[in-house]
Amino acid sequence: MSANRMSAAAGDRVWHAIKESFIKLSPLVMIRNPVMFVVELGTVIVLLMTLFPGYFGTEDRIGFNLTVFLILFLTVLFANFAEALAEGRGKAQADSLKQSKKAVMASKLMNGVIKVVPSTELRKGDIVAVAQGEVIPGDGEVIGGLASVDESAITGESAPVIKESGGDFSSVTGGTRVVSDYIEVRITSDPGESFIDRMISMVEGAKRQKTPNEIALNTLLISLTLIFLIVVVTLGPIASYLDIELEIPVLIALLVCLIPTTIGGLLSAIGIAGMDRVTQFNVLAMSGKAVEAAGDINTMILDKTGTITFGNRMASQFIPVGDVELDALGEWAAVSSMRDETPEGRSVLELMKTQGIPFHETLAEGGVFIAFKAETRMSGMDLSDGGRVRKGAVDAVRKWVEAQGGAIPMDLGEKSDFIATEGGTPLAVAVDDRIYGLIYLKDTVKPGMKERFEQLRRMGIRTIMCTGDNPLTAATIAREAGVDDFIAESKPEDKIAVIRREQAEGKLVAMTGDGTNDAPALAQADVGLAMNSGTTSAKEAANMVDLDSDPSKIIEVVAIGKQLLMTRGALTTFSIANDVAKYFAIIPAMFMLAIPEMGALNVMGLGSPYSAILSALIFNAIIIPLLIPLAMRGVAYKPMSSNKLLQRNILIYGVGGMIVPFIGIKLIDLVVHLWV
Amino acid sequence: MGILQMVVIILILLVLVKPLGTYLYHVFSNEGNRTDKWFSFAERPIYWLTGLRERKGMTWKVYALSFIITNLVLVAFGYLILRIQQYLPLNPNGIGSMEETLSFNTAISFMTNTNLQHYSGETGLSYLSQMIVIMMMMFTSAATGLCVAIAFIRAITSRGTTIGNFFEDFVKAQIRVFLPLAFIVAMVLVALQVPQTLEPTLSLTTLEGVQQRIAIGPVASLESIKHLGTNGGGFFGVNSAHPFENPNGLTNAIEILSMWCIGAALPYTFGLFAKNRKQGWVIFAAMMMLFLSFLALNYAAESQGNPAMNRLDMDSSQGNMEGKEVRFGIPQSSLFTTVTTAATTGSVNNMHDTGTPLGSITPLALMMLNNVFGGKGVGLMNMMMYAILAVFLAGLMVGRTPEFLGRKIEAREMKLIAIAILTHPLMILVPTAIALATSAGTDAITNPSFHGITQVLYEFTSSAANNGSGFEGLSDNTAFWNVSTGLVMLLGRYVSMVVLLEVGASLMRKGRVPETIGTFRTDNGLFVGILVGTVLIIGALTFLPTVALGPIAEHLTIR
Repeated sequence: MSANRMSAAAGDRVWHAIKESFIKLSPLVMIRNPVMFVVELGTVIVLLMTLFPGYFGTEDRIGFNLTVFLILFLTVLFANFAEALAEGRGKAQADSLKQSKKAVMASKLMNGVIKVVPSTELRKGDIVAVAQGEVIPGDGEVIGGLASVDESAITGESAPVIKESGGDFSSVTGGTRVVSDYIEVRITSDPGESFIDRMISMVEGAKRQKTPNEIALNTLLISLTLIFLIVVVTLGPIASYLDIELEIPVLIALLVCLIPTTIGGLLSAIGIAGMDRVTQFNVLAMSGKAVEAAGDINTMILDKTGTITFGNRMASQFIPVGDVELDALGEWAAVSSMRDETPEGRSVLELMKTQGIPFHETLAEGGVFIAFKAETRMSGMDLSDGGRVRKGAVDAVRKWVEAQGGAIPMDLGEKSDFIATEGGTPLAVAVDDRIYGLIYLKDTVKPGMKERFEQLRRMGIRTIMCTGDNPLTAATIAREAGVDDFIAESKPEDKIAVIRREQAEGKLVAMTGDGTNDAPALAQADVGLAMNSGTTSAKEAANMVDLDSDPSKIIEVVAIGKQLLMTRGALTTFSIANDVAKYFAIIPAMFMLAIPEMGALNVMGLGSPYSAILSALIFNAIIIPLLIPLAMRGVAYKPMSSNKLLQRNILIYGVGGMIVPFIGIKLIDLVVHLWV
Repeated sequence: MGILQMVVIILILLVLVKPLGTYLYHVFSNEGNRTDKWFSFAERPIYWLTGLRERKGMTWKVYALSFIITNLVLVAFGYLILRIQQYLPLNPNGIGSMEETLSFNTAISFMTNTNLQHYSGETGLSYLSQMIVIMMMMFTSAATGLCVAIAFIRAITSRGTTIGNFFEDFVKAQIRVFLPLAFIVAMVLVALQVPQTLEPTLSLTTLEGVQQRIAIGPVASLESIKHLGTNGGGFFGVNSAHPFENPNGLTNAIEILSMWCIGAALPYTFGLFAKNRKQGWVIFAAMMMLFLSFLALNYAAESQGNPAMNRLDMDSSQGNMEGKEVRFGIPQSSLFTTVTTAATTGSVNNMHDTGTPLGSITPLALMMLNNVFGGKGVGLMNMMMYAILAVFLAGLMVGRTPEFLGRKIEAREMKLIAIAILTHPLMILVPTAIALATSAGTDAITNPSFHGITQVLYEFTSSAANNGSGFEGLSDNTAFWNVSTGLVMLLGRYVSMVVLLEVGASLMRKGRVPETIGTFRTDNGLFVGILVGTVLIIGALTFLPTVALGPIAEHLTIR
């Protein structure tokens, strides 16, 4: 069912895009894309020559002129279609967002009295009460209460998140729903300026401004267009000296083939689709400029906890003390953790599995689980046979054993100190009056991070890890994760200092953050990715917000930024390289009637002058829709050194761009030549 | 053997690049070095006289204004002397004053380093004019070009807001580069039988008893700066084909190397300024690749002879010798033609008009590109413009904002480069179209049909590229041609110079992006290929339709 609905939606989008491509024919719209505007002008001229052949003296050329007109018209439509299609994808997303933006009634608190007002009347600073099942009427900050909030409307993540006043989980977004409990919220945005509003306008492309790189590329495309305009306009008088009359539609065909219509037609689609890829990735970029800047990042500053590591400590090693066997220690550690649902507890059982240490589950049968308490700082199990198994902080366990008159092994202190100096946390395991050994708990690097940092290094991006840990712990994690540098015992001000230092060297810096104290650094960074779960001030300071609140996504954002620039460069190169073949199709064709010897330049062996011109023109037109998928998807990007990347892309889009049209035009000519 | 003659000269050039490039770097690096000691005796009085004791760095605007005003004053001075030379001393042959439009054309022609000559030196200029207008401008125009190029190099390789002091650079270029080199070359030429005298034209009775007038004059001194400064204006009408300007193979080789060496050394100088010698060699390699392919085209076409003659079963073993000097033969003529148009000198030792159609593509194309070594500095600047363009196109493909020498190429630079890159085809194609569509233009054509198109195209290409060689055969001393080519020379010279200086200044203000493995490298072999590709596709293909109607059509129809 859903597949059907999706294809129906895609069909709708295509229909909508087709409609849009006609609406975009308005010269007022076209003028924003000078390359295609020139094509449109040419189309109109050829149309006039087709409609009023008597006036132009082109009675014997109506068929050819009509064909040229149709191809030119299609060229313009194809370009419009590409843009409309890209915009359409954003629109679909905006529509679903608008659903959640419907005006709701809000319970406004005024001097302790609840007054029900429409959400559109709420202003910054107003305080509202939101109870279970109600929709939060606007962006704001929780100032009282605690509630779980369903944010799936924006994030797509169905699991509710806890929001409470103070701290880093105080910000709520309008349009999300309180699932349980009750909160009081201070509204932080006026109507029309809320997060959802901004998001809608971003994905709709209403506020889309050309990015710096797009402007620069556009300038180049315009100057190429002007150059070819000069070439074609002067060709008429020059040829007239030889008494060669060049037909205006032929000159227009030459012009349209030479100006960079391929990239000109796809440029805005590439930009929109690039932004869209970021959005589909559930990251909201405040501007296209930020996405482009992501491609240029030299340094990435990442928080250790939550980004590089899981943030909770996991068992990584069993260290027996005294004359205890490793298997015995493992067995009792496992028994103590059998019903322990804390991450540490589960990690012990995981470690057993990975190390392949056998243990008898029957030992725990009928036992009573003793949960961790702040007073005891231990957890464990009272076995059915009366034995008591405990694991916990070393000094707590030591006292517990000593209280039962047990002896403390000589090497316990030395070994637990070693774990501490390595940046880990030692947990002691004891059964009754005997200490078996230590569990080495340490912060674990998320799987795959090492590979990703390796990729970043291949992209030429340096990673810096920030952590509040002591230098020893920080160094251990940094080594394990493979980051290039780290800052231990870092305070929020340190991040700013690092960013400034890197920027002073001309580097572009990206960072992620969620807390209020991250806000200044997020603002200072060239690319700041805030977590949606973070505070409002962090989100406002950043130029991107990750709706899934996954800080490691910054890496993908960089790849998308690079891919966006690469797609532009690749299609521009392709477009310009295409000119070589088009010259060899049209130049001999233009002059062959007057100078038959020019046929020697007809290296492709095209059927006739007119079929050569039409074939080049058809190739020029259909290459646009053929490349739409590539423009939307972006060119393939695998992290590798710039040199390899360049070699590969030059080969595909540069050399390929020279060869493909030779083949394409020849094939089209084989068909077209059947008629002309 | 023919190829060997060319190879030897090219090898000598390769040897010259490093020492000369290093010398130029020391002259203009503004860091104390030995050249200060050698030349300060001459420079200090000049600085003192001109009030240049404090030579503060200039912004690009002041620098541009300085060189334009200096050139303007010199043009006015030159124009005045040409108009009244009849009444001035050092005119032993009693030559009359020059006509207005021709004076306008000549003054601009020499100030813009073009040296397009719509007059014949031996009958149109007094010795005084040859020396204080023609030779003076040969020194000053070359120095202007060199200074602007150095300023551009400084801009793209340093940080700050100033790009050096034009007047200081100008004085240094004269005192430390052109005067000493010109003196040495002139002396060598004199030793190789090139005349250097203020005596009037000789009247002799030949063996046949006929009275013959043989023009002589201060030839060697003009000849040396003519080539060193890539000027190209000959003392005599037939330029370096004249036995007094270029008596033998050795002088021919010296002249080729003189006009080629500074242009070829500048990329190396640039590499030193950029603290990346490889970068300099990359630019040099791109130029050399283009140079060698066009040399091969010309040499192959000329060696095979004229196809129309070959069809008549005439002996073509000597190649197409029409319009060539027997003492130079095909190889030395081919190399001279290629160097003179690559370096935009414009001197000729053979008639380009009588070359084969395919062979004439070489000079045309090199002037259309105007960046294969190129005239004093301008060639390097144009090649850098293409390099920035190549970086912009290809650089995007590594997924970063394109950067060149650590500076980001952004909208502002692209806008300026758009102007520079538009000027050249505009200045060539539009006047060509006008000339071919009006009788004022077509009346001058002496060979109708395709060759006529080449004649007109060549004239404007030569003007726009500030080359100055003529395809000849064009009766171009008319008001239409004097004024139109005059304007084309002016715009062709100054628009791109000023615009590129601004590009440089704009890059100079930017922070340097540190180099990483993700940076698009511009100092390796791949970039040579990308650069050559960009030059050919964007620079050369633009002219293909017009060239197709000129030399290509001519070749195909006489085959």
